[in-house]
Amino acid sequence: MSPALTAAEIAAGVAARTLRARDAVAAALARIAALDARVGAFTDVTAERALARADALDAALDRGEPAGPLAGVPFAVKNLFDVEGLPTRAGSKINRERPPARRDAILVRRLEAAGAVLVGALNMGEYAYDFTGENIHDGPSRNPHDLRHMSGGSSGGSGAALAAGFVPLTLGSDTNGSIRVPSAFCGVFGLKPTYGRLSRAGSFPFVGSFDHLGPLARSTRDLALAYDAMQGPDPDDPVATKRPAEPVAAVLEAGAAGLRIAVAGGYFARGGDPEAFAAVARAAAALGVTATVEIPEAARARAAAYVISAAEGAALHLERLRARPADFDPAVRDRLIAGALIPAALVERAQRFRRWYARAVAEVFASVDVILAPATPCRAPRGGETTLVLDGVAMPLRPNIGVFTQPISFIGLPVAAVPVRPDEGLPLGVQVIAAPWREDRALRVARALEAAGVAAAPVARLD
Amino acid sequence: MPETQPSADAIGAYVDAAAPLLGLTVDPAWRDGVVGHLGAILAAAGRALSEPLPDELEAAPVFEAAP
Repeated sequence: MSPALTAAEIAAGVAARTLRARDAVAAALARIAALDARVGAFTDVTAERALARADALDAALDRGEPAGPLAGVPFAVKNLFDVEGLPTRAGSKINRERPPARRDAILVRRLEAAGAVLVGALNMGEYAYDFTGENIHDGPSRNPHDLRHMSGGSSGGSGAALAAGFVPLTLGSDTNGSIRVPSAFCGVFGLKPTYGRLSRAGSFPFVGSFDHLGPLARSTRDLALAYDAMQGPDPDDPVATKRPAEPVAAVLEAGAAGLRIAVAGGYFARGGDPEAFAAVARAAAALGVTATVEIPEAARARAAAYVISAAEGAALHLERLRARPADFDPAVRDRLIAGALIPAALVERAQRFRRWYARAVAEVFASVDVILAPATPCRAPRGGETTLVLDGVAMPLRPNIGVFTQPISFIGLPVAAVPVRPDEGLPLGVQVIAAPWREDRALRVARALEAAGVAAAPVARLD
Repeated sequence: MPETQPSADAIGAYVDAAAPLLGLTVDPAWRDGVVGHLGAILAAAGRALSEPLPDELEAAPVFEAAP
Protein backbone atom coordinates (compact mmCIF):
# COMPACT_ATOMS: atom_id res chain seq x y z
CA MET A 1 0.00 0.00 0.00
CA SER A 2 1.41 3.36 -0.97
CA PRO A 3 2.25 5.60 2.00
CA ALA A 4 0.98 8.51 -0.07
CA LEU A 5 -2.66 7.35 0.01
CA THR A 6 -4.93 10.01 1.47
CA ALA A 7 -7.50 9.38 4.16
CA ALA A 8 -10.26 9.82 1.59
CA GLU A 9 -8.67 7.21 -0.69
CA ILE A 10 -8.27 4.72 2.15
CA ALA A 11 -11.84 5.28 3.35
CA ALA A 12 -13.16 4.87 -0.21
CA GLY A 13 -11.25 1.61 -0.60
CA VAL A 14 -12.48 0.26 2.72
CA ALA A 15 -16.05 1.29 1.94
CA ALA A 16 -15.83 -0.38 -1.49
CA ARG A 17 -14.34 -3.50 0.13
CA THR A 18 -11.27 -3.34 -2.11
CA LEU A 19 -9.10 -2.61 0.95
CA ARG A 20 -9.42 -4.09 4.40
CA ALA A 21 -9.05 -1.81 7.39
CA ARG A 22 -6.61 -4.28 8.89
CA ASP A 23 -4.33 -4.01 5.85
CA ALA A 24 -4.41 -0.21 5.94
CA VAL A 25 -3.58 -0.16 9.65
CA ALA A 26 -0.95 -2.89 9.40
CA ALA A 27 0.78 -0.99 6.58
CA ALA A 28 0.93 2.14 8.71
CA LEU A 29 2.30 0.20 11.69
CA ALA A 30 4.94 -1.47 9.52
CA ARG A 31 6.17 1.84 8.07
CA ILE A 32 6.31 3.40 11.54
CA ALA A 33 8.28 0.41 12.84
CA ALA A 34 10.70 0.57 9.92
CA LEU A 35 11.38 4.31 9.76
CA ASP A 36 10.29 6.22 12.84
CA ALA A 37 13.53 5.68 14.74
CA ARG A 38 15.03 8.14 12.24
CA VAL A 39 12.14 10.61 12.31
CA GLY A 40 11.07 10.64 15.95
CA ALA A 41 7.42 11.36 15.27
CA PHE A 42 5.87 8.83 17.65
CA THR A 43 6.21 8.47 21.41
CA ASP A 44 3.65 5.65 21.70
CA VAL A 45 2.42 3.16 19.11
CA THR A 46 -0.89 1.55 20.07
CA ALA A 47 -0.54 -1.39 17.70
CA GLU A 48 -2.60 -3.95 19.60
CA ARG A 49 -5.52 -1.61 20.06
CA ALA A 50 -5.32 -0.44 16.45
CA LEU A 51 -5.33 -3.93 14.95
CA ALA A 52 -8.21 -5.01 17.20
CA ARG A 53 -10.21 -1.98 16.16
CA ALA A 54 -9.43 -2.55 12.46
CA ASP A 55 -10.56 -6.17 12.75
CA ALA A 56 -13.79 -5.08 14.44
CA LEU A 57 -14.38 -2.58 11.66
CA ASP A 58 -13.80 -5.19 8.94
CA ALA A 59 -16.16 -7.56 10.74
CA ALA A 60 -18.84 -4.87 10.91
CA LEU A 61 -18.48 -4.22 7.18
CA ASP A 62 -18.65 -7.97 6.54
CA ARG A 63 -22.02 -7.92 8.34
CA GLY A 64 -23.21 -5.21 5.97
CA GLU A 65 -22.99 -2.30 8.38
CA PRO A 66 -22.34 1.10 6.76
CA ALA A 67 -18.80 2.48 6.48
CA GLY A 68 -18.05 5.82 8.17
CA PRO A 69 -16.47 8.68 6.23
CA LEU A 70 -13.05 7.79 7.68
CA ALA A 71 -13.42 4.02 7.62
CA GLY A 72 -10.11 2.30 8.22
CA VAL A 73 -8.05 5.51 8.21
CA PRO A 74 -5.02 5.23 10.51
CA PHE A 75 -4.43 8.41 12.50
CA ALA A 76 -2.31 9.59 15.42
CA VAL A 77 -2.55 12.41 17.95
CA LYS A 78 -0.15 14.78 19.69
CA ASN A 79 0.59 13.29 23.08
CA LEU A 80 -1.38 15.96 24.93
CA PHE A 81 -4.60 14.18 23.85
CA ASP A 82 -5.89 11.61 26.32
CA VAL A 83 -5.49 8.08 25.00
CA GLU A 84 -7.08 5.42 27.17
CA GLY A 85 -4.40 3.50 29.04
CA LEU A 86 -1.58 6.04 28.51
CA PRO A 87 -0.48 8.83 30.84
CA THR A 88 -1.04 12.11 28.99
CA ARG A 89 2.55 13.30 28.98
CA ALA A 90 2.16 16.54 26.99
CA GLY A 91 5.81 16.30 26.06
CA SER A 92 6.94 16.43 29.67
CA LYS A 93 8.84 14.17 32.04
CA ILE A 94 6.63 15.07 34.98
CA ASN A 95 3.29 14.15 33.42
CA ARG A 96 4.28 10.62 32.55
CA GLU A 97 3.82 9.81 36.24
CA ARG A 98 0.12 10.63 35.90
CA PRO A 99 -2.31 7.73 36.05
CA PRO A 100 -3.22 6.36 32.63
CA ALA A 101 -6.13 8.16 30.96
CA ARG A 102 -9.40 6.35 31.58
CA ARG A 103 -10.94 7.29 28.26
CA ASP A 104 -9.92 8.87 24.96
CA ALA A 105 -10.21 12.61 24.32
CA ILE A 106 -13.52 13.59 22.75
CA LEU A 107 -11.95 14.32 19.34
CA VAL A 108 -10.32 10.87 19.27
CA ARG A 109 -13.70 9.33 20.08
CA ARG A 110 -15.40 11.35 17.33
CA LEU A 111 -12.79 10.35 14.71
CA GLU A 112 -13.09 6.70 15.71
CA ALA A 113 -16.88 6.97 15.55
CA ALA A 114 -16.37 7.99 11.91
CA GLY A 115 -14.32 4.83 11.33
CA ALA A 116 -10.76 6.11 11.83
CA VAL A 117 -8.29 3.98 13.79
CA LEU A 118 -5.85 5.46 16.31
CA VAL A 119 -2.34 4.04 15.90
CA GLY A 120 -0.42 6.11 18.43
CA ALA A 121 0.60 9.31 20.19
CA LEU A 122 3.00 11.86 18.73
CA ASN A 123 6.06 13.73 19.93
CA MET A 124 5.73 17.40 20.91
CA GLY A 125 7.62 20.21 22.59
CA GLU A 126 7.32 20.17 26.37
CA TYR A 127 3.92 21.41 27.53
CA ALA A 128 3.43 22.88 24.02
CA TYR A 129 5.60 25.92 24.85
CA ASP A 130 7.67 25.44 21.72
CA PHE A 131 7.94 26.12 17.99
CA THR A 132 10.87 23.80 17.19
CA GLY A 133 9.67 20.22 17.69
CA GLU A 134 12.68 19.54 19.89
CA ASN A 135 12.13 17.69 23.14
CA ILE A 136 14.79 17.16 25.76
CA HIS A 137 13.07 14.07 27.18
CA ASP A 138 11.96 12.21 24.04
CA GLY A 139 14.41 13.54 21.48
CA PRO A 140 13.43 15.75 18.56
CA SER A 141 10.84 15.09 15.91
CA ARG A 142 12.83 15.60 12.71
CA ASN A 143 11.79 17.06 9.39
CA PRO A 144 11.22 14.15 6.98
CA HIS A 145 12.17 16.36 4.01
CA ASP A 146 15.63 16.78 5.53
CA LEU A 147 16.24 14.97 8.81
CA ARG A 148 18.91 17.47 9.80
CA HIS A 149 16.22 20.13 10.10
CA MET A 150 13.48 20.87 12.62
CA SER A 151 9.94 19.62 12.19
CA GLY A 152 8.62 22.77 13.80
CA GLY A 153 6.46 22.65 16.87
CA SER A 154 4.97 22.25 19.17
CA SER A 155 2.92 19.68 17.21
CA GLY A 156 6.18 18.42 15.69
CA GLY A 157 5.29 14.75 15.53
CA SER A 158 1.94 15.67 13.98
CA GLY A 159 3.66 17.30 11.02
CA ALA A 160 6.51 14.80 10.75
CA ALA A 161 4.23 11.72 10.80
CA LEU A 162 2.37 13.07 7.76
CA ALA A 163 5.41 14.08 5.74
CA ALA A 164 6.99 10.70 6.51
CA GLY A 165 3.92 8.91 5.16
CA PHE A 166 3.24 7.10 8.43
CA VAL A 167 -0.43 8.11 8.58
CA PRO A 168 -2.62 10.38 6.43
CA LEU A 169 -4.22 12.21 9.36
CA THR A 170 -3.02 13.62 12.69
CA LEU A 171 -4.32 15.93 15.38
CA GLY A 172 -2.41 18.77 16.95
CA SER A 173 -2.95 21.78 19.15
CA ASP A 174 -2.30 25.41 18.32
CA THR A 175 -2.01 28.12 20.98
CA ASN A 176 0.29 30.54 19.19
CA GLY A 177 1.07 28.63 15.98
CA SER A 178 1.70 25.03 16.98
CA ILE A 179 -0.33 23.52 14.12
CA ARG A 180 0.61 26.11 11.52
CA VAL A 181 4.39 26.09 12.16
CA PRO A 182 4.95 22.33 11.76
CA SER A 183 2.52 22.34 8.83
CA ALA A 184 4.76 24.92 7.14
CA PHE A 185 8.08 23.30 8.01
CA CYS A 186 6.97 19.76 7.14
CA GLY A 187 5.02 20.86 4.06
CA VAL A 188 1.55 19.60 5.03
CA PHE A 189 -1.93 21.09 5.34
CA GLY A 190 -3.26 22.12 8.75
CA LEU A 191 -6.45 23.62 10.09
CA LYS A 192 -6.58 25.78 13.17
CA PRO A 193 -10.32 26.31 13.49
CA THR A 194 -12.09 29.23 15.17
CA TYR A 195 -11.45 29.42 18.92
CA GLY A 196 -14.15 27.32 20.57
CA ARG A 197 -15.08 25.37 17.43
CA LEU A 198 -13.62 21.99 18.45
CA SER A 199 -13.88 20.69 21.99
CA ARG A 200 -10.67 20.52 23.99
CA ALA A 201 -12.08 18.07 26.53
CA GLY A 202 -9.60 15.35 27.34
CA SER A 203 -6.54 17.30 26.21
CA PHE A 204 -3.80 18.79 28.37
CA PRO A 205 -4.01 22.61 28.28
CA PHE A 206 -1.38 25.33 27.92
CA VAL A 207 -3.00 28.78 27.63
CA GLY A 208 -6.75 28.48 28.04
CA SER A 209 -7.34 31.85 26.39
CA PHE A 210 -5.78 30.70 23.09
CA ASP A 211 -5.75 26.89 23.07
CA HIS A 212 -7.20 25.34 19.90
CA LEU A 213 -7.19 21.77 18.57
CA GLY A 214 -7.28 20.81 14.92
CA PRO A 215 -6.34 18.36 12.19
CA LEU A 216 -3.27 18.11 9.94
CA ALA A 217 -3.27 16.11 6.70
CA ARG A 218 -1.74 15.82 3.23
CA SER A 219 -4.86 17.04 1.42
CA THR A 220 -7.59 19.60 1.98
CA ARG A 221 -10.23 16.89 1.45
CA ASP A 222 -8.78 14.96 4.41
CA LEU A 223 -8.72 18.10 6.57
CA ALA A 224 -12.38 18.68 5.77
CA LEU A 225 -13.43 15.07 6.42
CA ALA A 226 -11.69 15.04 9.80
CA TYR A 227 -12.90 18.50 10.75
CA ASP A 228 -16.50 17.63 9.93
CA ALA A 229 -16.27 14.42 11.98
CA MET A 230 -15.02 16.35 15.03
CA GLN A 231 -17.44 19.30 15.09
CA GLY A 232 -20.31 19.70 17.50
CA PRO A 233 -21.03 21.12 20.93
CA ASP A 234 -19.52 19.52 24.01
CA PRO A 235 -20.50 20.46 27.58
CA ASP A 236 -17.15 19.16 28.82
CA ASP A 237 -15.26 22.13 27.31
CA PRO A 238 -16.55 25.39 28.83
CA VAL A 239 -15.53 27.44 25.79
CA ALA A 240 -16.75 25.00 23.13
CA THR A 241 -19.29 26.67 20.89
CA LYS A 242 -22.96 25.80 21.14
CA ARG A 243 -23.33 26.40 17.42
CA PRO A 244 -24.40 23.32 15.53
CA ALA A 245 -21.87 21.63 13.29
CA GLU A 246 -21.29 23.46 9.99
CA PRO A 247 -19.87 20.79 7.66
CA VAL A 248 -17.45 21.95 4.98
CA ALA A 249 -16.72 18.86 2.88
CA ALA A 250 -19.64 19.53 0.54
CA VAL A 251 -18.55 23.11 -0.22
CA LEU A 252 -14.83 22.44 -0.56
CA GLU A 253 -14.96 22.41 -4.37
CA ALA A 254 -16.79 25.74 -4.56
CA GLY A 255 -13.40 27.34 -5.14
CA ALA A 256 -12.30 30.88 -4.51
CA ALA A 257 -14.74 32.49 -6.93
CA GLY A 258 -16.79 35.19 -5.31
CA LEU A 259 -14.49 35.55 -2.34
CA ARG A 260 -12.73 38.83 -1.68
CA ILE A 261 -9.12 37.87 -1.01
CA ALA A 262 -6.20 40.11 -0.06
CA VAL A 263 -2.58 39.71 0.98
CA ALA A 264 -1.71 40.97 4.46
CA GLY A 265 0.63 43.95 4.19
CA GLY A 266 2.64 45.89 6.74
CA TYR A 267 3.69 43.70 9.64
CA PHE A 268 3.07 40.53 7.61
CA ALA A 269 5.19 41.73 4.68
CA ARG A 270 8.43 42.34 6.54
CA GLY A 271 10.65 40.67 9.13
CA GLY A 272 11.02 37.40 7.26
CA ASP A 273 13.20 35.73 4.67
CA PRO A 274 12.36 36.65 1.06
CA GLU A 275 11.15 33.12 0.29
CA ALA A 276 8.49 33.35 3.02
CA PHE A 277 6.94 36.25 1.12
CA ALA A 278 7.59 34.56 -2.22
CA ALA A 279 5.39 31.67 -1.09
CA VAL A 280 2.57 34.11 -0.31
CA ALA A 281 3.07 35.87 -3.63
CA ARG A 282 2.90 32.55 -5.46
CA ALA A 283 -0.41 31.72 -3.79
CA ALA A 284 -1.78 35.20 -4.49
CA ALA A 285 -0.79 35.00 -8.15
CA ALA A 286 -2.49 31.63 -8.55
CA LEU A 287 -5.68 33.12 -7.15
CA GLY A 288 -5.40 36.30 -9.21
CA VAL A 289 -5.18 38.35 -6.03
CA THR A 290 -3.57 41.79 -6.23
CA ALA A 291 -5.20 43.54 -3.27
CA THR A 292 -3.44 44.04 0.02
CA VAL A 293 -4.96 44.72 3.40
CA GLU A 294 -3.55 45.98 6.68
CA ILE A 295 -4.25 44.07 9.88
CA PRO A 296 -3.98 46.91 12.38
CA GLU A 297 -1.60 46.74 15.33
CA ALA A 298 -0.44 43.19 14.62
CA ALA A 299 2.88 43.80 16.39
CA ARG A 300 1.06 44.79 19.54
CA ALA A 301 -1.22 41.80 19.20
CA ARG A 302 1.74 39.50 18.97
CA ALA A 303 3.34 41.11 22.01
CA ALA A 304 0.13 40.87 24.02
CA ALA A 305 -0.21 37.19 23.09
CA TYR A 306 3.37 36.69 24.25
CA VAL A 307 2.61 38.23 27.66
CA ILE A 308 -0.65 36.33 28.21
CA SER A 309 0.90 33.02 27.12
CA ALA A 310 3.74 33.35 29.61
CA ALA A 311 1.39 34.35 32.44
CA GLU A 312 -1.31 31.75 31.86
CA GLY A 313 1.19 29.00 31.17
CA ALA A 314 3.02 29.85 34.40
CA ALA A 315 -0.20 29.84 36.41
CA LEU A 316 -1.08 26.42 34.99
CA HIS A 317 2.29 24.98 35.97
CA LEU A 318 2.93 26.90 39.20
CA GLU A 319 2.77 23.89 41.52
CA ARG A 320 5.08 21.88 39.29
CA LEU A 321 7.48 24.84 39.05
CA ARG A 322 7.58 25.01 42.85
CA ALA A 323 7.97 21.31 43.49
CA ARG A 324 9.96 19.95 40.56
CA PRO A 325 11.65 22.73 38.60
CA ALA A 326 14.63 20.54 37.75
CA ASP A 327 12.36 18.07 35.92
CA PHE A 328 11.30 20.62 33.27
CA ASP A 329 13.08 21.25 30.01
CA PRO A 330 15.30 24.18 31.06
CA ALA A 331 14.20 26.24 28.05
CA VAL A 332 10.57 25.87 29.10
CA ARG A 333 11.15 26.22 32.83
CA ASP A 334 13.00 29.53 32.61
CA ARG A 335 10.25 31.07 30.45
CA LEU A 336 7.54 29.79 32.79
CA ILE A 337 9.25 31.09 35.94
CA ALA A 338 9.58 34.46 34.23
CA GLY A 339 5.90 34.23 33.31
CA ALA A 340 4.94 33.63 36.94
CA LEU A 341 6.59 36.92 37.90
CA ILE A 342 4.71 39.15 35.41
CA PRO A 343 2.84 41.91 37.26
CA ALA A 344 -0.89 41.14 37.02
CA ALA A 345 -1.78 44.60 35.70
CA LEU A 346 0.18 43.91 32.51
CA VAL A 347 -1.75 40.72 31.84
CA GLU A 348 -5.08 42.41 32.41
CA ARG A 349 -4.11 45.22 30.06
CA ALA A 350 -3.08 42.71 27.42
CA GLN A 351 -6.52 41.09 27.71
CA ARG A 352 -8.17 44.50 27.35
CA PHE A 353 -6.09 45.20 24.28
CA ARG A 354 -7.30 41.87 22.93
CA ARG A 355 -10.88 43.12 22.96
CA TRP A 356 -9.85 46.24 21.07
CA TYR A 357 -7.89 44.25 18.50
CA ALA A 358 -10.69 41.73 17.90
CA ARG A 359 -13.02 44.60 17.07
CA ALA A 360 -10.48 46.27 14.81
CA VAL A 361 -9.86 43.07 12.85
CA ALA A 362 -13.61 42.45 12.58
CA GLU A 363 -13.79 45.76 10.70
CA VAL A 364 -11.15 44.49 8.27
CA PHE A 365 -13.36 41.51 7.50
CA ALA A 366 -16.13 43.87 6.44
CA SER A 367 -14.20 44.44 3.22
CA VAL A 368 -12.38 41.12 2.69
CA ASP A 369 -13.33 37.48 3.18
CA VAL A 370 -9.91 35.85 3.23
CA ILE A 371 -6.43 37.14 4.05
CA LEU A 372 -3.16 35.52 2.95
CA ALA A 373 -0.05 35.77 5.12
CA PRO A 374 3.16 33.83 5.65
CA ALA A 375 3.06 31.09 8.28
CA THR A 376 6.67 31.45 9.41
CA PRO A 377 9.43 33.98 8.77
CA CYS A 378 11.82 31.26 7.56
CA ARG A 379 12.16 27.68 6.39
CA ALA A 380 12.77 24.92 8.94
CA PRO A 381 16.03 25.77 10.70
CA ARG A 382 18.62 23.10 11.38
CA GLY A 383 18.11 21.09 14.53
CA GLY A 384 19.76 22.63 17.57
CA GLU A 385 19.77 26.16 16.16
CA THR A 386 18.95 28.82 18.76
CA THR A 387 19.37 31.99 16.72
CA LEU A 388 17.29 33.31 13.85
CA VAL A 389 18.79 35.94 11.53
CA LEU A 390 16.25 38.16 9.77
CA ASP A 391 17.23 41.22 7.76
CA GLY A 392 20.73 40.79 9.18
CA VAL A 393 19.48 40.98 12.76
CA ALA A 394 20.10 38.00 15.06
CA MET A 395 17.29 37.15 17.47
CA PRO A 396 16.31 34.21 19.66
CA LEU A 397 14.90 31.48 17.44
CA ARG A 398 12.30 29.83 19.68
CA PRO A 399 9.88 32.70 20.27
CA ASN A 400 10.33 34.37 16.89
CA ILE A 401 9.25 31.46 14.70
CA GLY A 402 5.70 32.40 15.68
CA VAL A 403 5.88 36.04 14.76
CA PHE A 404 3.23 35.69 11.98
CA THR A 405 1.01 33.10 13.62
CA GLN A 406 0.57 34.65 17.07
CA PRO A 407 -1.43 37.75 16.06
CA ILE A 408 -4.03 35.49 14.38
CA SER A 409 -4.63 32.87 17.08
CA PHE A 410 -4.68 35.71 19.64
CA ILE A 411 -8.25 36.44 18.53
CA GLY A 412 -9.20 32.94 17.50
CA LEU A 413 -9.50 33.43 13.73
CA PRO A 414 -9.75 30.24 11.64
CA VAL A 415 -6.71 29.51 9.47
CA ALA A 416 -5.88 26.88 6.91
CA ALA A 417 -2.12 26.38 6.71
CA VAL A 418 -1.19 25.60 3.11
CA PRO A 419 2.17 24.12 2.03
CA VAL A 420 3.88 25.95 -0.82
CA ARG A 421 7.31 25.40 -2.36
CA PRO A 422 8.44 28.47 -4.25
CA ASP A 423 11.66 26.67 -5.26
CA GLU A 424 13.50 23.36 -4.73
CA GLY A 425 14.23 24.05 -1.06
CA LEU A 426 12.33 22.97 2.03
CA PRO A 427 8.62 23.79 2.13
CA LEU A 428 7.03 26.96 3.45
CA GLY A 429 3.52 27.68 4.61
CA VAL A 430 0.88 30.23 3.75
CA GLN A 431 -1.82 31.13 6.25
CA VAL A 432 -5.27 31.36 4.66
CA ILE A 433 -7.15 33.38 7.28
CA ALA A 434 -10.91 33.93 7.48
CA ALA A 435 -13.39 35.68 9.77
CA PRO A 436 -14.60 33.84 12.87
CA TRP A 437 -16.67 30.72 12.09
CA ARG A 438 -15.81 30.86 8.37
CA GLU A 439 -13.55 27.82 8.18
CA ASP A 440 -15.44 27.05 4.98
CA ARG A 441 -13.92 30.05 3.22
CA ALA A 442 -10.38 29.31 4.41
CA LEU A 443 -10.69 25.70 3.26
CA ARG A 444 -12.23 26.64 -0.10
CA VAL A 445 -9.25 28.85 -0.85
CA ALA A 446 -6.83 26.19 0.39
CA ARG A 447 -8.53 23.69 -1.92
CA ALA A 448 -8.32 26.13 -4.84
CA LEU A 449 -4.57 26.43 -4.28
CA GLU A 450 -4.24 22.66 -4.10
CA ALA A 451 -6.30 22.22 -7.28
CA ALA A 452 -4.13 24.80 -9.05
CA GLY A 453 -1.04 22.79 -8.16
CA VAL A 454 0.43 25.58 -6.05
CA ALA A 455 -0.07 23.75 -2.76
CA ALA A 456 0.88 20.12 -2.29
CA ALA A 457 2.03 17.83 0.50
CA PRO A 458 4.09 15.01 -1.00
CA VAL A 459 5.48 12.24 1.18
CA ALA A 460 9.20 12.69 1.79
CA ARG A 461 11.68 10.17 0.45
CA LEU A 462 13.17 8.40 3.45
CA ASP A 463 14.74 5.36 1.83
CA MET B 1 4.96 51.25 31.69
CA PRO B 2 8.28 52.94 32.30
CA GLU B 3 9.56 54.80 29.26
CA THR B 4 12.75 52.78 29.15
CA GLN B 5 13.30 49.06 29.56
CA PRO B 6 14.49 48.22 33.10
CA SER B 7 18.11 47.11 33.31
CA ALA B 8 19.04 43.45 33.70
CA ASP B 9 20.23 44.31 37.20
CA ALA B 10 16.86 45.81 38.10
CA ILE B 11 15.01 42.81 36.66
CA GLY B 12 17.36 40.46 38.50
CA ALA B 13 16.67 42.22 41.80
CA TYR B 14 12.94 41.93 41.13
CA VAL B 15 13.28 38.21 40.34
CA ASP B 16 15.25 37.65 43.56
CA ALA B 17 12.58 39.44 45.58
CA ALA B 18 9.42 38.19 43.87
CA ALA B 19 10.20 34.52 43.25
CA PRO B 20 10.14 33.57 46.96
CA LEU B 21 6.76 35.30 47.34
CA LEU B 22 5.39 32.69 44.90
CA GLY B 23 7.27 29.85 46.54
CA LEU B 24 9.58 29.57 43.55
CA THR B 25 13.25 28.75 43.78
CA VAL B 26 15.52 30.18 41.11
CA ASP B 27 18.74 28.20 41.01
CA PRO B 28 21.75 30.42 40.29
CA ALA B 29 22.33 28.40 37.13
CA TRP B 30 18.88 29.39 35.80
CA ARG B 31 18.81 32.99 37.00
CA ASP B 32 20.23 34.58 33.85
CA GLY B 33 17.72 32.65 31.74
CA VAL B 34 14.80 33.75 33.89
CA VAL B 35 16.00 37.36 33.90
CA GLY B 36 16.44 37.29 30.13
CA HIS B 37 12.96 35.91 29.54
CA LEU B 38 11.34 38.35 31.95
CA GLY B 39 13.14 41.17 30.19
CA ALA B 40 11.76 39.98 26.85
CA ILE B 41 8.26 39.75 28.32
CA LEU B 42 8.46 43.24 29.82
CA ALA B 43 9.69 44.60 26.50
CA ALA B 44 6.75 42.92 24.77
CA ALA B 45 4.37 44.35 27.36
CA GLY B 46 5.87 47.76 26.78
CA ARG B 47 5.08 47.47 23.07
CA ALA B 48 1.63 46.00 23.52
CA LEU B 49 0.51 48.45 26.17
CA SER B 50 2.20 51.63 25.02
CA GLU B 51 -1.04 53.22 23.77
CA PRO B 52 -3.86 54.16 26.13
CA LEU B 53 -7.06 52.13 25.93
CA PRO B 54 -10.60 53.39 26.62
CA ASP B 55 -11.45 52.99 30.31
CA GLU B 56 -14.72 51.25 29.47
CA LEU B 57 -13.05 48.57 27.34
CA GLU B 58 -13.71 45.16 28.86
CA ALA B 59 -10.95 42.59 29.07
CA ALA B 60 -11.39 39.41 27.03
CA PRO B 61 -10.04 36.66 29.29
CA VAL B 62 -12.85 34.30 28.30
CA PHE B 63 -13.03 35.07 24.68
CA GLU B 64 -15.83 34.57 22.20
CA ALA B 65 -14.70 34.84 18.63
CA ALA B 66 -17.90 36.51 17.45
CA PRO B 67 -21.16 37.72 18.98
